[in-house]
Amino acid sequence: MPTRVLVPSGVLGLGFDRAALARGVAMRPDIICIDGGSTDSGPFSLGAGQSKYSRAATKSEWRSLMQARAELGVPLVIGTAGTCGTDSTVDWMYDITIELAQELGQSLKIARLYSSQPVERIAAAAKAGQVTPLTPAPELDLSNLSNIVALAGAEHIQAALETGADIVIAGRTTDTATIAALPLSRGDAAGGAWHGAKIAECGALCSTNPTSGVIMVDFDADGFTVEPMAESAACTPHSVSAHMLYENSDPFHLYEPGGHLDVTGAHYTALDDRRVRVEGSRWIPGPYTVKLEGARIGGYQTTIMAILRNAHYVGNAQTWVDRLTGFLTAEIETRMGLTPGDYRLDFRLIGVNGALGALENRIGDPAEVGVLGIITARSQDEAGEIGKLINPFVLHYPLTDDEELPTFAFPYSPATTNRGALYEFALNHVMHLTDPMSAFRIEVSQTQSKVAR
Amino acid sequence: MKLGDVVLKVRSKNAGPFWVTIDIFCDRPDIYKRVRDGLSSTSVAQLYRVPEQTLKRFDIEDLRVVKFSLPRPVVQGSAEDRDMHGAQYAALLEEYELG
Repeated sequence: MPTRVLVPSGVLGLGFDRAALARGVAMRPDIICIDGGSTDSGPFSLGAGQSKYSRAATKSEWRSLMQARAELGVPLVIGTAGTCGTDSTVDWMYDITIELAQELGQSLKIARLYSSQPVERIAAAAKAGQVTPLTPAPELDLSNLSNIVALAGAEHIQAALETGADIVIAGRTTDTATIAALPLSRGDAAGGAWHGAKIAECGALCSTNPTSGVIMVDFDADGFTVEPMAESAACTPHSVSAHMLYENSDPFHLYEPGGHLDVTGAHYTALDDRRVRVEGSRWIPGPYTVKLEGARIGGYQTTIMAILRNAHYVGNAQTWVDRLTGFLTAEIETRMGLTPGDYRLDFRLIGVNGALGALENRIGDPAEVGVLGIITARSQDEAGEIGKLINPFVLHYPLTDDEELPTFAFPYSPATTNRGALYEFALNHVMHLTDPMSAFRIEVSQTQSKVAR
Repeated sequence: MKLGDVVLKVRSKNAGPFWVTIDIFCDRPDIYKRVRDGLSSTSVAQLYRVPEQTLKRFDIEDLRVVKFSLPRPVVQGSAEDRDMHGAQYAALLEEYELG
């Protein structure tokens, strides 16, 4: 049975064109699906179990989608709720949904799909040989992992939809699973379902106007058709096929729970100047595995920033930093009893090689150089202490012994800033599951609308 | 001639926390052929200081795109990471002198 899926945006919290959404609603989709997450901005959200996006932006956009859902009477699904999809961000999104249901006077059946993984489950699976590393994987080390999630697939979204939920709030899912789920359960082509889901998962990024957000995909037995909802946007065979490159290390194969998508035989045809038809994508079933994500606390950080403007110091910034580092290493050992194995002290030359470090191959002539000092220690107290200890030297340290003490620019007071925990991504592994649901759970609840006065 | 002056765009992004991917959009077929034939995988591996056998290369004629993926030089978010989104790695290829 053909399935029409409306995708309002690549991620909830980034905004979308409201007129385009209204156009999409008028076309009577069978479901509305949006992603709520990304690992792209770093591991903090997963590590801390917090949303990266503001509650206000999330609530304002979710309100529009809940209104669209009510008007259509179809399910609304969000994947990777709260940017990382931990149980805590699913609950955060659920709270927002309850609040809005009351404000909008909606009675709703809500299914929550939880993806967080207790470390014991991963340890037991590893012991049983059910955890496989992907290249390049760090060594499997489950110590100090703050949050672990598994990426749910289409089966989990289908199970949540089968509860009859009006709204599905899913924890960590693959980018494509929410969109592929309904077409797959209605028997549309599996290759087309996964491929169309991949094309639509970033919203209008597969069109000529990426910021317009809203995309409609029609799935059927032979493939899919994609169309942007903003009048200012168009999908072309080039814009659609080029999207397979985006944030993908392999543009032809996409691994999902239960198999992989192969688009080497896909052909893209312009139906008119806005719509593209895609056929020929294949789904190749494989073992049922779910990818794991974990964030580990790699220490606690304090930063300090100085700006060199004096030409003598700008020209010799690296020499200055090297000499300063040697001096500070000795000072920290003398005064705090810490050796370099206990902490890290990095100075980055902003304006010289701040973004690329050792890979930088261009030599410039900057007017000024920002010196960003980053301290990583075993506790925030220790990092803060090191920061305070080095502060006067970062302000005044001379390039040679026989010159006057320099004074550099500090952009703020206090000079040091405590950044809290440093989280780092720690798992690049898949876990084999005999029953897809065994590592996930679904909770269903019913809200009652307030009595109208 | 620098690569970035010849092609439409060079873009780099994370492909998950452990990979970086770099897309060279060549726009025209003649430029695609020039990049495909003039840019060796060896020189790209050297530019990013990764072993050549870890580099994935895709010459995509239909899109006029040459794409490279490489294990991230440092894991995303680790203390060594300087570019959380991996988006500035593209600059090295933009400035690469195409023979």
